[in-house]
Amino acid sequence: MSAQLVQFLLTGLTVGAIYALVALGFAIIYNASHVLNFAQGEFVMIGGMATAAFIESGLPLPIAALLAVGGAMFVGLALEKLAVEPARGASVVTLIIITIGASIFLRGLAALVWDKKIHSVPAFSGEAPIQLAGATLLPQTVWVLGATVVTVALLWWFFNRTLTGKAILAVSHNRLAAQLMGISVRRVLLVSFGLSAALGALAGVLIAPISFTSWDVGVMLGLKGFAAAILGGMGSGPGAIVGGLALGLIESLGAGYLSSAYKDVFAFVIILVSLIFLPDGLAGRRRATERV
Amino acid sequence: MLFRPLFAAAALLLATVAPAQEPIRIGSFLSVTGPAAFLGDPEQKTLELYVEKINAAGGVLGRKLQLIVYDSAGDAEKARAFVKRLIEQDKVDLIVGGSTTGETMAVAPLVEQAQIPFISLAGAVVIVEPVKKWVFKTPHSDRQACQRIFVDMKARGTTKIALISGAGGFDKSMRAQCMQVAKNYGIEIVADESYGAGDTDMTAQLSKIKNTLGVQAVLNCGFGQGPAIVTKNYRQLSIGAPLYQSHGVASKGYIQLAGGAADGVRLPAAALLVAETLPDSDPQKKVVLGYKRDYESRFKSDVSTFGGHAYDGLMIAVEALKKSGSTDKAKVRDAIESVRGFMGTAGVFNYSPADHVGLDVSGFRMLEIRKGDWTLAN
Repeated sequence: MSAQLVQFLLTGLTVGAIYALVALGFAIIYNASHVLNFAQGEFVMIGGMATAAFIESGLPLPIAALLAVGGAMFVGLALEKLAVEPARGASVVTLIIITIGASIFLRGLAALVWDKKIHSVPAFSGEAPIQLAGATLLPQTVWVLGATVVTVALLWWFFNRTLTGKAILAVSHNRLAAQLMGISVRRVLLVSFGLSAALGALAGVLIAPISFTSWDVGVMLGLKGFAAAILGGMGSGPGAIVGGLALGLIESLGAGYLSSAYKDVFAFVIILVSLIFLPDGLAGRRRATERV
Repeated sequence: MLFRPLFAAAALLLATVAPAQEPIRIGSFLSVTGPAAFLGDPEQKTLELYVEKINAAGGVLGRKLQLIVYDSAGDAEKARAFVKRLIEQDKVDLIVGGSTTGETMAVAPLVEQAQIPFISLAGAVVIVEPVKKWVFKTPHSDRQACQRIFVDMKARGTTKIALISGAGGFDKSMRAQCMQVAKNYGIEIVADESYGAGDTDMTAQLSKIKNTLGVQAVLNCGFGQGPAIVTKNYRQLSIGAPLYQSHGVASKGYIQLAGGAADGVRLPAAALLVAETLPDSDPQKKVVLGYKRDYESRFKSDVSTFGGHAYDGLMIAVEALKKSGSTDKAKVRDAIESVRGFMGTAGVFNYSPADHVGLDVSGFRMLEIRKGDWTLAN
C-alpha cells in the first residue's frame, strides 16, 4: 500500500520536474515581454529529437545532448530575431499568434528534417531499476530530478547575482523605467528567448530516455507546461516549479487512485479552475515583489 | 488548323484499337502520409511493386493493370471524396485500399451503392460484421487477435488477466473485443487500465495492476509509442507476470524503442515476420518468403505485415478477375466470395457469403521476442 504510494509520488515528481522546466521557460519569456510563447513545447521536441539524431549519427551522448541544447537555443534566438522582433510594435495578442505559427512551422520542419518516426535516446546511466521503500525508480529519474534542482539553482544565481539577470528582472517590473536606466530591452528579449529555448531543450533531453521522442511530442508537453505555469501563477519562477510538480503529482495520483482514463483531463481542468478561482496562481500574492 | 483533321483521325484510329488493350483499372486510397503513414506507405509500395510485376508478366486476362492511388492521409472525409472520384471519374473496376477502419467505414456506403467490389486493408471487425455485400477485407480482425492471445493464455494455465489500453480507435476497439470474448476462454479480466495518446509514463497504471491480486498475465492493446513505454515501465516495476502485446506492435520499430525490455513479450502476428525461421514444411513459407524478398530487395527496408495486407488484397483481386474471366463487377464480386484455400501472407483465405474476412485464427502465429528478434513461441 505505502509502496504503491511511493511509486505514484516518484512518478509524479519525475514528470512534474519536466513540466516545471517547461513552465519556467514560459515564465521567463512572459516576464520579459508579456508574451505567452506557445512554441515552448517545440523546444522540448527539438531537444529530444536533435539528441536522438546526433546519437544516430555516431556522437557520444553528452556531446549530442550539449549540441541539441545549443541548437535549440539557436532556434530560440532565431525565432526572436526573425519572427518576434520585426513585430515589435504589435500587440501582445499578435505576438502570441506569431508564436503559435512558429510552433506549427517548427513541427513541420522537424517532420521534414528528421522524420515522423518515434526515436529513443539511451538512458544516461543504465536502466537497472533502483529499489526505494518498495517502489522502483530508474536511474534516469535521478538525473531528471538532479538536473532540475541544479538548473533552478543556476537560474536563481543568474537572476539575482548577475547584471544581465537583474536587467531582465528590471524589464519585467517596469519596461519603460528599465529602458530609461539604459537597459537594452531588445537584448533582454533575445536573452530570454535563448534561455527559455535552452530550458525547454534540456527538459526534452532529460525526458527522452523515459518517454521517447518524436516530431509531435511538443504539443502535449507544451500544454502541460502551460497548465503548470498557470497553476503556479504566470511569470513566477517559484510558482512555475511548484505548479509543475503539483501537476505531475495530481496526474500520477489521479491515474493511480481515481481513473487512468482521465489522466490528461486533470491538466486542462487545472487551467480552467486556476483561471476562474485563482487567476494569479499559487504564488500569486508574492508576485508583485518577487518575480522569477 | 491543319492538325485538327489529323488529330481527329488519330483519335478515331485509337478508339478502334483501344478496346483490346484497355487496362483493368484498380483503384486505391491509402493513408500514405499522416498519422497512419506506417500503414499506407508500405501498402502503396507493395501495390505498385506487384502491379508492375504482373504487367511485366503479361497482365491479367490479356490486359494490363492500371493502378490509381490517392493519398487519403488518414482522413475519412478525404477518403470519401477520393472513392467518389475513383468510381465516377476514373471508372475503376474494383477497389483495393483503405488503410484504417475509419476510412473504410466512411466509404462502405458509397461502394455498396455503386456496386463495386472493395477489398479493405483495415483491421476492425465492424467492417465485415454485419456482412456487406461488396466489402471484403484481408487483415485479421482485432477479435481474432484477442482469441489467439486467449488460446495461448489458456494453454499456459492463465485465468486472471489485466488489460491496459491506449485511447486510440484501434486500442479501444480491441479492448472491447477482448472483453467480449474473454469469458469464452474462461478468462477473467480483473483490472482494466488505460493511458492517453501523449502519455510519457505508465508506471502509475502498472503499479495498480501489480498490486491487483491474482493477475497472471497482462495484455496491452495498442500501437505506436504507448506499448513501448508500457513495456519499459513493466520491466522497471519488475512485474513477474508475462506481458502480451497486440499485432499492432508487429514491426521492428517497437523492438528498437523498447530495447531489452521487449525480451519475453508475446504477441500474435502474421507468419511474415518469421518467414526465414518457418520450417520448410510450412505451406505458408513460400508465399511469405517470396513477398519479403521482393519487398526488401526493392525498397531496402524491413517488410511489415501491413504491406502484406495489400499484397493479399491485390492477389485476391487478381485471382477473382481470372476466375470470373471478366471485369463484370457482379461476377468479380461473386468470384471473390468463392475464393477458397488461397494462400496469402496473413494465412489461408476461405471467403464465403457469411465470412468476408476469410481467415481463421490459425493464420496468427504466436511470437515471442527473444534477444531483440521475433521467434516462434511454442
